[in-house]
Amino acid sequence: MADNVKEKPIPPRPQDDPPAVRVALILTAVVIMGFFVVVPLVNVFVQAFAHGVRAYWDNLFHDPDTLHSVKLTLMVAPVAVGLNLVFGIAAAWAIARFRFPGRTLLTALIDLPFTVSPVVVGLFLLLLFGLQGTFGPWLRAHDLKIVFAFPGLVIATAFVTFPVVARELTPLMEALGAEEEVAAVSLGARGWQVFRLITLPNIKWGLLYGVILCNARAMGEFGAVYVVSGHIAGKTDTMPLRVEKLFQEYNLPGAFAVASVLAMLALVTLFVKTALEWKTRRDLAEAHRLQTEGAQP
Amino acid sequence: MSITAKHVTKRFGTFVALDNVTLEVPGGALLALLGPSGSGKTTLLRIIAGLEVADSGTVLYADEDVTDAAVRDRNVGFVFQHYALFRHLSVFENVAFGLRVRGGPRRRVRERVRELLRLVQLEGLERSLPAQLSGGQRQRVALARALAAEPKVLLLDEPFGALDAKVRQELRQWLRRLHDELHVTSVFVTHDQEEAFEVADRVVIMNRGRIEQTGTPEEIFDKPASPFVMDFLGNVNVFHGVVQGGRARLRGLEVAYPEYPHDESRAATAFIRSHELEIVRKRNGRPSLEVKVTHVNPARPVVKVRVYSETFGVVLTVDVSWERYAELQPAVGDTVYVSPRQLRVFVQDYAI
Repeated sequence: MADNVKEKPIPPRPQDDPPAVRVALILTAVVIMGFFVVVPLVNVFVQAFAHGVRAYWDNLFHDPDTLHSVKLTLMVAPVAVGLNLVFGIAAAWAIARFRFPGRTLLTALIDLPFTVSPVVVGLFLLLLFGLQGTFGPWLRAHDLKIVFAFPGLVIATAFVTFPVVARELTPLMEALGAEEEVAAVSLGARGWQVFRLITLPNIKWGLLYGVILCNARAMGEFGAVYVVSGHIAGKTDTMPLRVEKLFQEYNLPGAFAVASVLAMLALVTLFVKTALEWKTRRDLAEAHRLQTEGAQP
Repeated sequence: MSITAKHVTKRFGTFVALDNVTLEVPGGALLALLGPSGSGKTTLLRIIAGLEVADSGTVLYADEDVTDAAVRDRNVGFVFQHYALFRHLSVFENVAFGLRVRGGPRRRVRERVRELLRLVQLEGLERSLPAQLSGGQRQRVALARALAAEPKVLLLDEPFGALDAKVRQELRQWLRRLHDELHVTSVFVTHDQEEAFEVADRVVIMNRGRIEQTGTPEEIFDKPASPFVMDFLGNVNVFHGVVQGGRARLRGLEVAYPEYPHDESRAATAFIRSHELEIVRKRNGRPSLEVKVTHVNPARPVVKVRVYSETFGVVLTVDVSWERYAELQPAVGDTVYVSPRQLRVFVQDYAI
């Protein structure tokens, strides 16, 4: 068996294009990447540190409104991610495991928040929960504040980042199949036991990957949050909103300092995401290697 | 404990998977559900297990009606076609799963898993992951896992389907021995007749959602109840012809058929297994057919000779023993005569 594999002739490689073509393509990609991604990213840090480390530190930690915006973002994002975690698992489970009327519609609707402009989402929430909105009088009568307050920020953020986890999990769960879950049921496991002992361990890396991406998007969300927050400094300003406000006030070092924190969060996310991808690939390769070796008598 | 399925019907959309099927499995038996794909055998197995719900009909374990009972409460051991082992759990944890979810005490679980791994000869592999095992080993883990909670019935869906021929052969005999030791009522699904006949006490042949025949392997092989069973068992030569007045006339072969003494001619089909045909050099007074040898395959354990009857345009396969082959020395192109030692005639119904 192994000998046959070795003797296989090397197939012609489709990527054997003329050197000029290869160099031209690589250069184009590198130049565009550098111009649109690397230079702006580096510039954020250059601008943030333009007046020295001391000024950078002061801009971040001695401005109460900026400090509040960091805290607010660190509160809004986890709550929104938590909501989408629950929703994402439920939606992926429903789509991957059941055939029901409206399944295709549900699959399409999940992508809606990605296709609608976030500003429209914000306006839509204002129309529902604002003072003049559909639920406005009722909310006021019960002394509940959604718009221009924390709940509004969470709803707007959760809505916009809504598809991330579900989109990550659905194909994974479809690929895994329901066989192991059915086996667990046949062995006497209850619904919750099946999920905790069988499904969750199998999807944990995909789930973590989805959560990280979702978190990155939640922290950077601007449009929808801009509309529903009312932009109240020290109360409803999240980090992206704070960047915009500082910029409008011609406080460039301040704006770039906050922007650099967001950029760093993005870089960390990118690093963790790549590490996870690498780990998943290695696990798969390992499983495959063991499988082929194990199959030998 | 016996299993009874009564008047079970199951449809998937417009496809009728099971059409009013009634099956009885005596307590302690090892029964095979045999049939081509799409015959409903796996659906029947899954309905017995409770993994599928029948549209109508009842399922009884001994005298207890379990039709509406959840899988969990039926206490069955189910072995899946592709094993469905938990890929993230070790061999030990796979086998322990059924005991753990039922809240078995730790020490008891450990003892029981050890005992089972000894039974399926997998001691020393407790910590391995399913991906590290060979196909045969995975199969045995699946079996140990299904047996862990001491099920009342053991159900196996194409248990050897995914294994290579040699491992398959070994596991078959091993399953038979295991059943003789444990005596748990077992049902397995297969499309391989050899497997069914070698392993099972009773064989049920299914076709298009119905049971064609139930019996011991000997009964089914010697007295096939229908043309389908005969054809499905394979290695047969098929003749079409008519029956009339106690004779069957089949493409130049005329034999006595006293079961049909009527004057009216009826269409009939006769089946002759290749080992029930005999090749002779000269006509010997018995019903025979003049044929030409077209192919000789000196296989083991018998030589397979293919012959062609020009007059009637039929190709036949004849199994010849090696002794007889040495005597006859049939070569391609020779003209010889074949005569049946035994044949089965099925007269077609009036229907249509």
